[in-house]
Amino acid sequence: MKVTLTVNGSDRSGDVEPRVLLVDFLRTNLRLTGTHVGCDTSSCGACTVLIEGEPVKSCTVLAVQATGRSITTVEGLAQGANLSPIQIGFHEEHGLQCGFCTPGMMLVGTSLLERNPNPTEDEIRWAISGNICRCTGYMNIVKAIKHAAMLREAATATTREKAGAAPGGQ
Amino acid sequence: MATEVHMHGRIGESIKRKEDGRFIRGKGNYLDDIELPGMLHMAILRSPHAHARISSVDTAAASGMPGVIAVVTGELMAQHKLAWMPTLSYDTQAVLATDKVRFQGQEVAAVIAESKYQAEDARDAIMVDYDVLPAVISPQQAKEAGAALIRDDKENQKDNHIYHWEAGDQETTKAAFAKADKVVRLHTFYPRCHPAPLETCGCIADVNGATGKATIYMTSQAPHAIRTVFALVTGLPEQNIRVISPDIGGGFGNKVPVYPGYVVATAASLLIGRPVKWVEDRTENLISTGFARDFHMTGDLAVDKDGKMLALRVHLDSDNGAFFADAQPTKFKAGLFHIVTGSYDIPTAHVTADGYYTNKAPGGVAYRCSFRVTEASYLIERLVTNAAIELGMDQAEFRMKNFIQPEQFPYHSATGWVYDSGDYPKAMNVALEQLGYDELRKDVKARRKKGEVTGIGIASFTEVVGAGHGAEFDILGLRMFDSAELRVHPTGKAILRMGTKSQGQGHETTFAQIVTEELGIPAADVAVEEGDTDTAPYGLGTYASRSTPVAGAATAMVARKLRDKGRKIAAHLLEAAEEDLEWESGRFYVKGSPDKAKTIQEIAFAAYTNIPDGMEAGLEGVHYYDPPNMTYPFGTYAVVIDIDKGTGQVKVRRVVAVDDCGVRINPMIVEGQIHGGLAEGYGIAFMELITFDPEGNCIGSNFIDYLLPTAWETPRFELGETVTPSPHHPLGAKGVGESPTVGSPAAYVNAVMDALAPYGVTNIDMPVTSDKVWAALRAAGVNE
Repeated sequence: MKVTLTVNGSDRSGDVEPRVLLVDFLRTNLRLTGTHVGCDTSSCGACTVLIEGEPVKSCTVLAVQATGRSITTVEGLAQGANLSPIQIGFHEEHGLQCGFCTPGMMLVGTSLLERNPNPTEDEIRWAISGNICRCTGYMNIVKAIKHAAMLREAATATTREKAGAAPGGQ
Repeated sequence: MATEVHMHGRIGESIKRKEDGRFIRGKGNYLDDIELPGMLHMAILRSPHAHARISSVDTAAASGMPGVIAVVTGELMAQHKLAWMPTLSYDTQAVLATDKVRFQGQEVAAVIAESKYQAEDARDAIMVDYDVLPAVISPQQAKEAGAALIRDDKENQKDNHIYHWEAGDQETTKAAFAKADKVVRLHTFYPRCHPAPLETCGCIADVNGATGKATIYMTSQAPHAIRTVFALVTGLPEQNIRVISPDIGGGFGNKVPVYPGYVVATAASLLIGRPVKWVEDRTENLISTGFARDFHMTGDLAVDKDGKMLALRVHLDSDNGAFFADAQPTKFKAGLFHIVTGSYDIPTAHVTADGYYTNKAPGGVAYRCSFRVTEASYLIERLVTNAAIELGMDQAEFRMKNFIQPEQFPYHSATGWVYDSGDYPKAMNVALEQLGYDELRKDVKARRKKGEVTGIGIASFTEVVGAGHGAEFDILGLRMFDSAELRVHPTGKAILRMGTKSQGQGHETTFAQIVTEELGIPAADVAVEEGDTDTAPYGLGTYASRSTPVAGAATAMVARKLRDKGRKIAAHLLEAAEEDLEWESGRFYVKGSPDKAKTIQEIAFAAYTNIPDGMEAGLEGVHYYDPPNMTYPFGTYAVVIDIDKGTGQVKVRRVVAVDDCGVRINPMIVEGQIHGGLAEGYGIAFMELITFDPEGNCIGSNFIDYLLPTAWETPRFELGETVTPSPHHPLGAKGVGESPTVGSPAAYVNAVMDALAPYGVTNIDMPVTSDKVWAALRAAGVNE
C-alpha cells in the first residue's frame, strides 16, 4: 500500500505492506533511525514521535494509518545547526546517559511545553510516565525539561521585547 | 616566551558530555541502526516448554516461504560442530537445541530471510514436536530425590548440583558462635530479576567470503573478550575476527555474555556469504538472556550482649538455570559474594554456596553490580537491621558500633579480602545529618502513636570493584587488566582508545578529562574511542564498575608515559637539562624562569618535527594496567517510607544517598550514575520480578508483567558525598556505577521492615509489593 505523509516538514512516501508499523516505516524505509524500539508492548516509549504535535508511540500505529499526517521525529527537533530548547536542556542538565530513550523523552517534553509552558515537577513526571529510562533515575530529565521551559520563556520574552521595540510595534 | 595554557576539563570539573551531540540529534549509531549492503535478517524460534525432548523439527514449510534464504537447525549446527558452545563458567550451553530444550525461550532454530517480517513469518511456520518433561524451577526442587535430571547431556552429571564453594573459616566461626550471647538469623530470597537495558541485545555478522574476515557488530560490553571466545568457538583465526560494539543503549551486565544468537548469525553469514542481522525483541531479551540474582540465602549473625558482632555464617543456594553460564571471575563460583561481611569488623566468618541447574534461563550476570556483591550487601544489611531491632538497638548506632574503623585500613576481612580504604563512620554521620535522623526518629515515634505505619531504613554498604589483580581475577584465563592507547597528533590534539566500552556511562568525557589532568590537553581536544577490536588495545571490558578503576588508571599511566617523553623534548627545545624542568598545568618550564616554557601542544608538534638525535619520532603510547588490588567504594543510604495500612502501599518519602567513590573525575556524571542506580534499586526492591509457574513458564516476559519504575513512582534522590581516595589507584578513584544498586535495595527494604517491626514482621522478600505488605499487616491483626 502507498503511504504518503509529512515527516519533519518534508513530503515522504513509500510502498509498504498494510501490517508495517509506523516505527518500522520510519526506521527502515525512511532511514530515520533516531526513533528507537525498546519493547513490543507499547510500554517503553522509545519509539515516541509527534503526530500533529501529539506524542504517539509509533509502534502502536500502522504506517498506513499515518497517511496524510504530519510527523515530527527527533531528527526534526533542531533547525539546521540550531538545537531546540529541549535538546539544549538535555545536554545542559545531563538528561541523558545511553541516549536510547532520549528521542522519545525529548518529544514528549516538547509536546508538554507546547501545552503547558511552565510545568511543575509533578506535571513533568506525569507527562513522561509513559516513557522508560533505565539510566538517569529521571532526576535530570525533569531538570532538562525545566531548563527547556526556561529557555523557551526567555526566547518568548526576547521576541516580545523586539516586537515592542520595532517601529510600529505595540 | 610566556605561553597561555588552557586546560578546560580537569578532574573535578562537571563539564558537559562530549558524546551528547549525536544522541540529542537522533544520530546515535546503535546496532539496529546499522544497515549493510545485502544484509539479511534472522529470527530465532524458541522453546515454548521449560523442559522437553525434541522429537522432530520440520522446516519444510518455512523454507519455502517468501524471502527465506535459509533455516538453521541444531542438526545443521551440529554438522559444523557448533550446536554447543563453552560458557564463561567452564560449562557448555546449547547454541541450537538438538536433544532437549531445558528452559522456556531456549533457541531451537533460526530463519534467515530478506526482511525481518519475512524471517518472523517463516519462524512461525517451523513445526517442532516436543515430549514434555517435568520442569525443575528452584534449587529446592533441583535437589529433591527423583528430580528430573536436566543436564543428561553431560556424562558425569548424575544430579542437578553444579558446584559447592566455600570461603572463610568453618572452625573459628563455629567456636565464635558457641560463645555468642545471641544469634540472629535471616532467611531471604533475592529473587530473579533482569537488567533490561532499553536496547535489547543483537548483532550483525558480516563474513567476507573473499578475505575470510568476519566483522561482527555486537551489543557487547566486552568486545575483546568476545573476539577471543569467538576464535575459540568457531576456529576462525583471531586476526580475521573484528568485533565492533557501536553505541550501546544500556547494558547493566546484560551485554557481557556470549549469546547463541551471535554464534548462529555468524555461522549463517559464513555459510550464506551475506551480512546477517539479529536483534532480539523484548520478550526474547527477558526470557533468554543474562538474568540476575536468584539467590536463596540464610545468614546467622553472632553477637555478644553489648551488641558487638562476633561471627557470621552464611549459606546460599544459587539458581543458575539450565547452563552454568555466569559471567564472573573463574576462581569464584558464587562471584564475589564472600564480601558478605560488608562494612563490619566481624572477626570470623564462614560462607558456603551451592549452585543448581534448573529449567530456567542461564547466565547469571551482575545487574549493575560487581559479580554478586549486591546479593551479599543485601543479606548483611538486612541481617544487621534485623539484629539491631532484635537487640533493641538503634540501626545506626548498631552499625557505628561494629564498623571497621578508619585506622584499620588496609583491612583484612575474615573471608580474605584486603579493603583498600574507607571511613564508614564519616559517611554514616554525613547521611544522618543530611537526613535529620534524630528529629526523624522522634517524628516516627509520634506518627506511630497516631497509628501511622512509617519507618527509616539504613544501609551502609561496601562494594568491591575494579577487577583484577589479574593473578587473582580472570575470565576464561584472561587476566582482568585493562588498557589505554594515547596518540597525540602534531597539532596537539589526541585520540585515546581503551579496552572498555561505554553503555551510557560517559566514557568519552570522563576519560578525556583524565588526559586533560595528566597531560594538559583540553578535554575537547581528546577524542575517545572504544569498542572496535581492530583499533583499540585489548581489554576485558566495562562491567563490575571496572572502567575507571582499571582503564581509567591505564589512561593516567599512558598519559604520564607521554609526559615523560615530553620532558625530554621540552629539554631539547628549551636547551635545558631535564631535571631543571618543572611540569605544571600542561607545560614544562625551567625552574626559576616560569616564562621559559613549552606547552604540551608545542611539544607534540616538536615530536614530529624537531626531536633530539636518536629519539623515536611521535608522541604516543599504550599502557596495560593490572591493578594491585580491587577498590572498595562505600556509603550510607537512608530511606524514609510510609505505608498505607488499608492497601499495603509503600510510599518512599525520602532517599538520602551518601557515596564515597574516592576522587570524582566528573561529579555531574558520577551523580547521574548514582541517580540511575538508585532508581534501578527502587525497581528491584519494589517492582522487578522474573518468576515462573510450576510448568516453568516465565512470568515477567514483557514490560507489562516485568515492571520497571517510571518517573511517576521513582522517588526523588538527595545525594551527599565523602571522599576517601583509593591509595593504590593513580588518581585515587574507585568506580561508582554500581554502588547505588548494591546499597539501595537493602535501604528501601530495611525502611519497610523498620515500619513493620512493631507488628512483629521480620522479613518480606523482594519485590516488596503492596499485596505482601498488606498480607503481613493483616497477619499481625491490622484491619483497616
